Amino acid sequence: MTPAAPSRRTRLAAKAWRVWALIRKESRQVFRDPSSFAIGVVLPLMLILLFGYAMSLDVKHVPVAVVIDEPSSEASEIAASFQLSPYFEAHLTSSMAAAQALMVSEKVDGIVRVPADFARRAAQGDASVQILVHGVDGNRARIIEVYAEAAVAQAGARRAAEGAGDAATGGQAVVENQLWFNSANDSRYFLVPGLIVLIITLIGAFMTSMVVAREWERGTFEALFVTPVRTDEILIGKIVPYFVLGMGGLVLCMLSAKFLFDVPFQGSILTLTGVSMLYLLVSVATGLLISSSLKSQFLASQVTLVATFMPALMLSGFIYNLRSVPLVVRLISYVVPARYYVSLLQTLFLAGDVWSVILPNAAILAAVAVLLLALTRRATRKSLG
Amino acid sequence: MNAPVVVGRGLRKRFKQGKSDTIDALAGVSLEVAAEGVSALVGPDGAGKTTLIRMIAGLMTVEGGELTVLGVDVAKDPQGVQDRIGYMPQRFGLYEDLTVQENLDLYADLHGVSAADRRKKYPRLMEMTALGPFTRRLAGRLSGGMKQKLGLACALVRSPGLLLLDEPTVGVDPLSRRELWEIIGALVSDEGVPVLISTSYLDEAERCAHVVVMHKGAVLAQGPPDDVAARAAGRTFTIAPPDGEAPRKLQARLLGDPAVTDASPDSGRVRIVRSAEPADAALAGLVLEAVPVRFEDAFMILQQAADAEGSKAQAEPAAAMKLERPIDRARDEVVVEVKGLVKRFGAFTAVDQIDFEVRRGEIFGLLGPNGAGKTTTFRMLCGLLTATSGTLEVAGADLRRSRAQARRRLGYVAQKFSLYGQLTVAENLDFFAAAYGLAGAARRSRIDWAMDEFALRPMAGVLGGQLPGGFKQRLAMAAALLHEPDILFLDEATSGADPVARREFWRRITALADQGVTVIVTTHFMAEAEYCDRIAILDSGRVLAQGPPAEIRAHGVTKTNPEPTMDDAFIAVIEQARPAAPREKAA
Repeated sequence: MTPAAPSRRTRLAAKAWRVWALIRKESRQVFRDPSSFAIGVVLPLMLILLFGYAMSLDVKHVPVAVVIDEPSSEASEIAASFQLSPYFEAHLTSSMAAAQALMVSEKVDGIVRVPADFARRAAQGDASVQILVHGVDGNRARIIEVYAEAAVAQAGARRAAEGAGDAATGGQAVVENQLWFNSANDSRYFLVPGLIVLIITLIGAFMTSMVVAREWERGTFEALFVTPVRTDEILIGKIVPYFVLGMGGLVLCMLSAKFLFDVPFQGSILTLTGVSMLYLLVSVATGLLISSSLKSQFLASQVTLVATFMPALMLSGFIYNLRSVPLVVRLISYVVPARYYVSLLQTLFLAGDVWSVILPNAAILAAVAVLLLALTRRATRKSLG
Repeated sequence: MNAPVVVGRGLRKRFKQGKSDTIDALAGVSLEVAAEGVSALVGPDGAGKTTLIRMIAGLMTVEGGELTVLGVDVAKDPQGVQDRIGYMPQRFGLYEDLTVQENLDLYADLHGVSAADRRKKYPRLMEMTALGPFTRRLAGRLSGGMKQKLGLACALVRSPGLLLLDEPTVGVDPLSRRELWEIIGALVSDEGVPVLISTSYLDEAERCAHVVVMHKGAVLAQGPPDDVAARAAGRTFTIAPPDGEAPRKLQARLLGDPAVTDASPDSGRVRIVRSAEPADAALAGLVLEAVPVRFEDAFMILQQAADAEGSKAQAEPAAAMKLERPIDRARDEVVVEVKGLVKRFGAFTAVDQIDFEVRRGEIFGLLGPNGAGKTTTFRMLCGLLTATSGTLEVAGADLRRSRAQARRRLGYVAQKFSLYGQLTVAENLDFFAAAYGLAGAARRSRIDWAMDEFALRPMAGVLGGQLPGGFKQRLAMAAALLHEPDILFLDEATSGADPVARREFWRRITALADQGVTVIVTTHFMAEAEYCDRIAILDSGRVLAQGPPAEIRAHGVTKTNPEPTMDDAFIAVIEQARPAAPREKAA
């Protein structure tokens, strides 16, 4: 019945033309529909500003009481070290009782006590300083503790440097900074990679699932199906625009990382682009799969939120370190694709192109993307029942 | 004559309903669609029209039987069919955030229409649909009638081998319907495209070359409409009502009678279809005047026979609906009074100085094309919108001051199903009774009343969202009557309903009005205006004509058409008032 079977080339040209028509249509919709525009453009910008400026996990200007039981030059150095540190606001007191009162009334979060025999023992090389931390907020307490140790160590180091003349100070224990790969311990350094994960998940999964479910809901697919358009063309027509939008989000994040937040980036942009494309593909495929199965905007958005956005936030290792969570939670985290992407991003930002980390994680993302796309292809049929 | 474009043999399709039940949407349907002209699928809700059209379009799997479309086996190669047909689904399938032109371009691209073909095709489509001035308007901002024409244009960007239209005229005013049929007519005569259309308007089916009458997944009859109509030969009559009696009262009386299969008010008389039973007391003393058959007559005979054969559960729900407390106040008391009513939305005047009054026990119809201001007027009458100016009195209460007081006395059935889809019938009724402040014994007695009068008991445990169309409408009406209002507002309550359900609906309305309930309705079915005591025709927010049906019909009298139908009169009134210019200003 068909007039003289068209050549392979004309068939491919017709196919490309249909895909192009779908992509153009989808792009127009993103910019015209206020809710698409809000999720795809406004929300990422808000997240960047929120995470970059308003939200900070850093501990700075911690009020501490410094108790000097017996004044000495060594003790003053310790006190000065706290007074000069940007992380502390030191209140000098002369008695432990006064310091304890400050702690109980929550005027200070910690006490640094320089004992009476500090100067004498420092000379022997085994001086100790007592550090008490308000433990109500465990995380904060641990960070204060580390900072305080560092401050004490700094004082010691300075002394050592000054007294370079007498070589006998070798026995001094210098506390090294324990935070590797984030030498400034600035929380933005790990918030920005996390931000990229959230934005890509949002655009890739959340937005795609909404727009596909919307076509089912409004009955537009019904008309679209009865045209020469093929299922794979519909899928490509949905993937490409949100893929491009997601990459736009990535560029936005990278630009703000560099120019707004001064976050260093150790890896190569090429690797970053490659692994981000893999994760974006995973996200888009998840969104497509969910909406093709549920066909309702409300359900699809809720399920996508719970299945992609929340895990990306909580189980990806972006906010909580997965090594310090209970075993069960850690096991669950292995099925969250965002986890692999977070590892990749953290490595790229703070350590560089470490191939022993990048290759396995990227391979997992690629495998998940292929699996999800195959499932989506199976779930999307040009059929209403 | 060419081979038929669609040949179906023993088609079956089954759907799940609820957790364990299944229903046969198609139970062995065989049909042929001719290669020329327009074929129509008609039947009540749930007859399987949409399922069949979707199956032909390759959108539903064929579970049993064989289906060939344009020589292609649909089950094996749905894409082969989809490459060659045009299809407009019930909801048009337009992208509302794309413009008219962008929608057209999208479909032209998908169908691979070349630039040269577009240059030829577009002007022709624009001319047919009169969408030319609106190419840059977003599809979402078009009126219902225009959306539908755009949907049709999208299905026609390339001359299809077969055009499928699923209920294209639902919820569309007579003017837009007529325009749509003109387009279809041109398509058939100029390009020879065969068309298959499903519709619940029997006058539309009557003008087709071929009809297929369906009922609960089965085909009752098919053939040229005249052949089908011949089944009613010798059984159709009109009767003049006795002096002073409204035609609808006689109609209501005759409708339940065993000697009468169908009765409907028609141009001031009552048109009946006799059953095989001999004449009885109800017909005694009436002068029956034989009239030519219509397709509708045969349709009603076929449907009733099929219903009687099937289950008896559905038989005769409301012989005569009874109010618990009939309203026995003065009949000539004015209960709704509207004077100089104006409603503006920004610069747009939706309702522009309208006046009317409605007396107790009257049925008052508000008719008008889409966008005439009917729904806006309704919402103001119910106190859902505040009028910009004018006075509005309902049941003696000024709606601009004491809304709550007026609301207690009125019931409102909205255009869309506005009950809870996730609650059962019983739970919905219980909720609305509680919302109206009914409690204890009063609540129970009102819910019992509603269950009985609307024959809802067999469906009490079914979720609202899963009810068949007719039951949804009954439930909506039952909920609106729980608090015994003396005024009932019905906004396009019969839109999309089939003829059988509409008869039943009007029977209840008539019974309510007889017992003193004042009813105000809007409708797209002009034939339904015959049930009203008085009607007003609205357009662009103004009342163009007002009066009893006979008076309104007189507006349509021309030399060539001495006995116009209500449709003719409606179109005449609207066209006299409108300048020859396009119906909507370009953006």
